[in-house]
Amino acid sequence: MSDDKLDVIVVGAGVAGCTVALLLAQQGLEVALIERGPFPGSKNLSGGVLYGQVLHQIIPNFWEKAPVERVITNQAVTFLTETDSVSLDFKTPSFLQKPYNAVSVLRSKFDRWLGEQAEKAGAILIPGIKVERLIREENRIIGIAAGQEEMFADVVIAADGANSFLAQEAGLRQRIPEEHVAVGIKEVIALPQEVIENRFRLEGNEGSAFNIVGSATQGIAGGGFLYTNQESISIGLVIQLADLVQRQKKVSEIFDQFLNHPWIASLIKGGKVVEYGAHLVPEAGLKMIPRLFMDGMVVIGDAAGLTINNGFWVRGMDLAIGSAIAAAEAVVKAHQNRDFSAESLALYRQKLEESFVMADLRTYAHAPHFMQNARLYKRYPQVVSEVFRQIYQQDASPHQPLRQIVREAVRRNNLSLLDLVKDFWNGGRAL
Amino acid sequence: MNRLSVTERLALNKYELDDGHPHIIVNNEVCEAECKIRACLFVCPANVYSQQNGKIVADWAGCLECGTCTVACPPEALHWEYPRGGFGILYRYG
Repeated sequence: MSDDKLDVIVVGAGVAGCTVALLLAQQGLEVALIERGPFPGSKNLSGGVLYGQVLHQIIPNFWEKAPVERVITNQAVTFLTETDSVSLDFKTPSFLQKPYNAVSVLRSKFDRWLGEQAEKAGAILIPGIKVERLIREENRIIGIAAGQEEMFADVVIAADGANSFLAQEAGLRQRIPEEHVAVGIKEVIALPQEVIENRFRLEGNEGSAFNIVGSATQGIAGGGFLYTNQESISIGLVIQLADLVQRQKKVSEIFDQFLNHPWIASLIKGGKVVEYGAHLVPEAGLKMIPRLFMDGMVVIGDAAGLTINNGFWVRGMDLAIGSAIAAAEAVVKAHQNRDFSAESLALYRQKLEESFVMADLRTYAHAPHFMQNARLYKRYPQVVSEVFRQIYQQDASPHQPLRQIVREAVRRNNLSLLDLVKDFWNGGRAL
Repeated sequence: MNRLSVTERLALNKYELDDGHPHIIVNNEVCEAECKIRACLFVCPANVYSQQNGKIVADWAGCLECGTCTVACPPEALHWEYPRGGFGILYRYG
């Protein structure tokens, strides 16, 4: 074993990696944070809503210093048909109270800042280095290799994102099946601050988050999002890969049609596209969580598949931070006991089980299956739109009572009573 | 409103191009033997893949490094790894 062995090597400077490096450095451990991009955040992309109360526990009042874009005070779900839109829009001043419930962020700026906090705590940031493989001694992970360089540590923390080639190499996870992931595609569209505030009826640092269901994905399982930043809009789609492959539609064309939907087009009008990105999104919840630890290694964040999408919101960054906290506790304990075996690092899994992370994953355990229901993306948005059109449309013919309007819209869209009951039941169970 | 083409969108991004070091290599023998639908042609947000004279070609410079193709394509069809450290897409917003 080399003399200059570190306590911990963290691979990947996303929110999970930066947070765990920060926590371990605070506890006096010698931590290297290795990032393949030239700076933390340069390879990272999210829709952009951070449910940040968990980060507030680690960095109190982080929003005062961190590059956050807007405080999310408006949360909406919008159903789209080919031409129409129906929104359920929730706005509350209570979301302006600190600690904020949610903020929008742009990862290239935010993760860079978070990486700096880890560095200030004493972590050694090593950017521009791609970890190529793990180094083993028998079945124990003892370090990493990048080109000719080798680095050794008591524990390697894989925070290398949704693709986690390290978790696969370590044998903690199999090749990812297409049923377990979605492809995320996003544009950042610049607009003047006052245009954003007028268009979305925002004051000061207030912000909006829309989750969009229906024609957004042309009936393919998935949805859209639109989040406001200070001087830009983050807009994108998250499309379930297995369904996309089955329908054989070109993802870039689905995105074009989404942007051309009249409701979307009016919200991004006059904007200038400044960046186009994509990211793999783990979507299978509990089902896809790999083995999280082994001798000398733990897996956190997206690499561990820790995300939840229930149609109303998508969460990943807060779960990543939650997993970083759990992993840091286990690694500090292992460091104290000088025991880095799987049995010792199993404390990570236990801490994760005790935290909101696994609790929420269990609460929404049925959500991934529910969200695969094709009726959600085609027929229900159509029914909702038809019902509202008939409620508001006055064409000098006798009006039908609401119950009749609903019944006929349901029938016209070939939904059976059994479907409705079943979906209502499953929705109630999943969400 | 006229939307940008994928090529125009990619041109707005910042890349550190690693000339002469492709990070994606297509094994067309596997594609021909095991893939009927050519998923790479429609799942890639950056339109990295195209078909030329019946062969799949990867224009890897525009890759957004999402990894979607590595999931959708048959195992062994692609030799796909992240670009070398410091190279590839550099998100300014993310």
